[in-house]
Amino acid sequence: MGRKMFVTFSPWNWLLLLAALECSEASSDLKETATSTAQHVPNAWFAAASSEPDERISVFELDYDYVQIPYEVTLWILLASLAKIGFHLYRRLPGLMPESCLLILVGVLVGGIILGTDHKSPPVMDSSIYFLYLLPPIVLESGYFMPTRPFFENFGSILWWAGLGALVNAFGIGLCLYLICQIKAFGLGDVNLLQNLLFGSLISAVDPVAVLAVFQEARVNEQLYMMIFGEALLNDGISVVLYNILIAFTKMHKFEDIEAVDILAGCARFVIVGVGGVLFGIVFGFISAFITRFTQNVSAIEPLIVFMFSYLSYLAAETLYLSGILAITACAVTMKKYVEENVSQKSYTTIKYFMKMLSSVSETLIFIFMGVSTVGKNHEWNWAFICFTLVFCQIWRAISVFALFYVSNQFRTFPFSIKDQCIIFYSGVRGAGTFSLAFLLPLSLFPRKNLFVTATLVVIYFTTFIQGITIGPLVRYLDVKKTNKKESINEALHIRLMDHLKAGIEDVCGHWGHSQVRDKFKKFDHRYLRKILIRKNLPKSSIVSLYKKLEMKQAIEMVETGILSSTAFSVPRLAQRIQRIKRLSPEDVESMRDILTRNMYQVRQRTLSYNKYNLKPQTSEKQAKEILIRRQNTLRESTRKGHSLPWGKPAGTKNIRYLSFPYSTYSNPPSAGRDVRAAESTDDDSSDPGVLSIKFSTPSRVSSLQRRRQTQEGIPMRRLHRGGKTFNFGYQRSASQEEEVGAGRRAALGPKPLFHTVDEEYESGGESEEESSAVGSRWTADHGLSREHHKSHSPLLQRK
Amino acid sequence: MGAAHSASAEVRELEGKTGFSSEQIEQLHRRFKQLSGDQPTIRKENFNNVPDLELNPIRSKIVRAFFDNRNLRKGPSGLADEINFEDFLTIMSYFRPIDTTMGEEQVELSRKEKLRFLFHMYDSDSDGRITLEEYRNVVEELLSGNPHIEKESARSIADGAMMEAASVCVGQMEPDQVYEGITFEDFLKIWQGIDIETKMHVRFLNMETIALCH
Repeated sequence: MGRKMFVTFSPWNWLLLLAALECSEASSDLKETATSTAQHVPNAWFAAASSEPDERISVFELDYDYVQIPYEVTLWILLASLAKIGFHLYRRLPGLMPESCLLILVGVLVGGIILGTDHKSPPVMDSSIYFLYLLPPIVLESGYFMPTRPFFENFGSILWWAGLGALVNAFGIGLCLYLICQIKAFGLGDVNLLQNLLFGSLISAVDPVAVLAVFQEARVNEQLYMMIFGEALLNDGISVVLYNILIAFTKMHKFEDIEAVDILAGCARFVIVGVGGVLFGIVFGFISAFITRFTQNVSAIEPLIVFMFSYLSYLAAETLYLSGILAITACAVTMKKYVEENVSQKSYTTIKYFMKMLSSVSETLIFIFMGVSTVGKNHEWNWAFICFTLVFCQIWRAISVFALFYVSNQFRTFPFSIKDQCIIFYSGVRGAGTFSLAFLLPLSLFPRKNLFVTATLVVIYFTTFIQGITIGPLVRYLDVKKTNKKESINEALHIRLMDHLKAGIEDVCGHWGHSQVRDKFKKFDHRYLRKILIRKNLPKSSIVSLYKKLEMKQAIEMVETGILSSTAFSVPRLAQRIQRIKRLSPEDVESMRDILTRNMYQVRQRTLSYNKYNLKPQTSEKQAKEILIRRQNTLRESTRKGHSLPWGKPAGTKNIRYLSFPYSTYSNPPSAGRDVRAAESTDDDSSDPGVLSIKFSTPSRVSSLQRRRQTQEGIPMRRLHRGGKTFNFGYQRSASQEEEVGAGRRAALGPKPLFHTVDEEYESGGESEEESSAVGSRWTADHGLSREHHKSHSPLLQRK
Repeated sequence: MGAAHSASAEVRELEGKTGFSSEQIEQLHRRFKQLSGDQPTIRKENFNNVPDLELNPIRSKIVRAFFDNRNLRKGPSGLADEINFEDFLTIMSYFRPIDTTMGEEQVELSRKEKLRFLFHMYDSDSDGRITLEEYRNVVEELLSGNPHIEKESARSIADGAMMEAASVCVGQMEPDQVYEGITFEDFLKIWQGIDIETKMHVRFLNMETIALCH
């Protein structure tokens, strides 16, 4: 099965070759050292491998044992990464099947190779390694990239569904299997109730993140997405808690000793473990948020703080036998909001990517190990058990979905349709978590462990491949309600307005609803939490930050989409950190200006194609002329105004002609590289006149026809299609894809926020503005003095 | 709220007109009486009694919406001086959850009604278009809760939003073309992807008239 797939695509061939090569090398190494002497580990470091009395200094030696474990682990990870690259090269694949399919196949491949070369695989997976090192990154990543608002809006439903669903599934499957085991014909008589319950609990650990990527492709509506995501988030934690409790029960040696008291204690423990874990996480989240408040000067350790505190929350919770998974999730969720505002842009990016990387590595290792196990020799196949497991999994999932949602629909104003419920039922894909729990069953307590492992593997394979591959078409077939989410200013504004409106109406009605709670929390947040946890001078509104973020994004994208040859676009780093920076260094500004000037031409080229008067892109001759004119204007301006600073405005900055638009500037602390979680303007304005302000100005020049425009409240414009580059950072944990996909899709969707500033002072290179495109946004460094706040109605400059 | 025949007939009539159930109407009536101080009508000043409303940044717009003739379906523009219970219910009915079991047409209609309500909130001068000034006004109000935001930021945000809206609605424009403002159709277009059903509703069942006014 795997082979056929590989042959079809050429990258696969290459990969296969590469893999075979590497592994054969490994095995040949192994054979070499195997033929050498026994005393390898300590002595290999020094001497030749022979035990002959007269040793010669060997010129060339091989020592494989020393590096075996890290070497092989690295090879595995590399192989999986190469496979992922290949996977994504073929564009349609990610939408067709979840990535976990791919990883499993790679795992099977590696397993096959290992088996073939009779190699002893390194002990990557044992209980402590899994729970201490492999699991936390995965959970952390899910928690961090969770979209908070939809999560909390649906919190009740999610909790109800994930919590009860896991319980119902676990006990249902366990009990039914126990009944099956009672049937003498199947030879399963020695599997007692507890073992069955335990098996039920671990097999009900769903990992639907695998299908989230498919969902994103299909753009299902937010509610549905959130339910699945929430389930993925909480399910791990709940399953592990249940698993641990049941293991504790199993250790109580005699089944008959278990009394009602114990069961009650078990339930109480369940609750305590869950809630306690969450509390731990929240506390740690706040602590780390608080600490990041002070890290301006050591921004390099900011990611470290974030990761260490999350990990610490996990470990601390585990120490007290509380749920580490829930702790780390809660920590990530709490921390995210405040940390994002405190850390620098670079740290933010680092955190994001490092998190993804870690979780990717963990997941890869687990899947590969799963593949290796599959091809191994220790299986026990029992038709009855395995088939019934499969059947019961599906049945109980269906029961839990439909029953629980029937109940929760009564309380929701936006009930889930039957279609949605079918999708939720069908997305019950088991994944890495299930396998790990099965693999780590203690053999002493579970003499028939191999049976369980085999059954788990079958279920995982079945659900991942069959359900994973067919869920995409199913979603499309059922025509599930789609979402049309795009990040846009309008949307943010409207939603904000609606929030307030709804809260207002509820106030008028005297109604205590969700909005009240959210409002109260927000007030509390603003008044206390933010003061404590966020750096000074950084209060802001989310709409403003969204606006700035979008501007920034587009500027960055424009910069990045291959226009610039130089990477000298470095808004000064130092400026980021220091709140009271006065000015950019001249070289920086010079480089900025160069880049901007160069930029503008590229933009011009692209925009021109949409002008109905001028279908061909401008020739270079005209360009050169334009450059010349602009430079002249700039020089003229700078000499005229007598700026003390060597940089005037980059040529042709201000030429916007939406006369009704005011001239607006807002100064940020010049962390222009940031995703504009930057400080608010007013603070700096009032406190420091010399603060550098970076204005975002969007030139719009579309045609060479320059005209006066005296429109009062008009907004002549034109839509600009961006070059279709999308930021596509892989589809691994697709929960985090949302924002990136959103950004990427914006290129295709068209409407872009367009941001204008008009500067009356600088009338250099005025061109008529027929369009402002976000692509053409530019940055200008401006001295704070030049900031003015007035409407400008200056006429266009005629050119040519 | 009495037990007289006329009262229940009224209630039924209101049920029919506004779509609320009779319990909801009774609860709302109680609330109405609280707000109005047992008067038959409410004036703008009565809204001052709602404590939490003070902190709402778009308070004035909300209050205004109650008296807007367009929302009350009494005329194309202008403000009423006072509203009675039926008007109160009319406004509230905009916030009823959309009943998805109704036919598709009905759902579409309800959706449009809600969006129209929103549109009226933006379009304060009732000319059928949201002009830049009005949009700016809204954004300023929205962000007014945050003392650290300059007016200019608000303004540039509004400008950006307006441009985005224009690009959605009109697409590519002629070089000379001027975009007057957002009409209701454009507004619908902007809102096409966003789920108004889930956002613009209030659960009228769980009301506690315990939340009293001062």
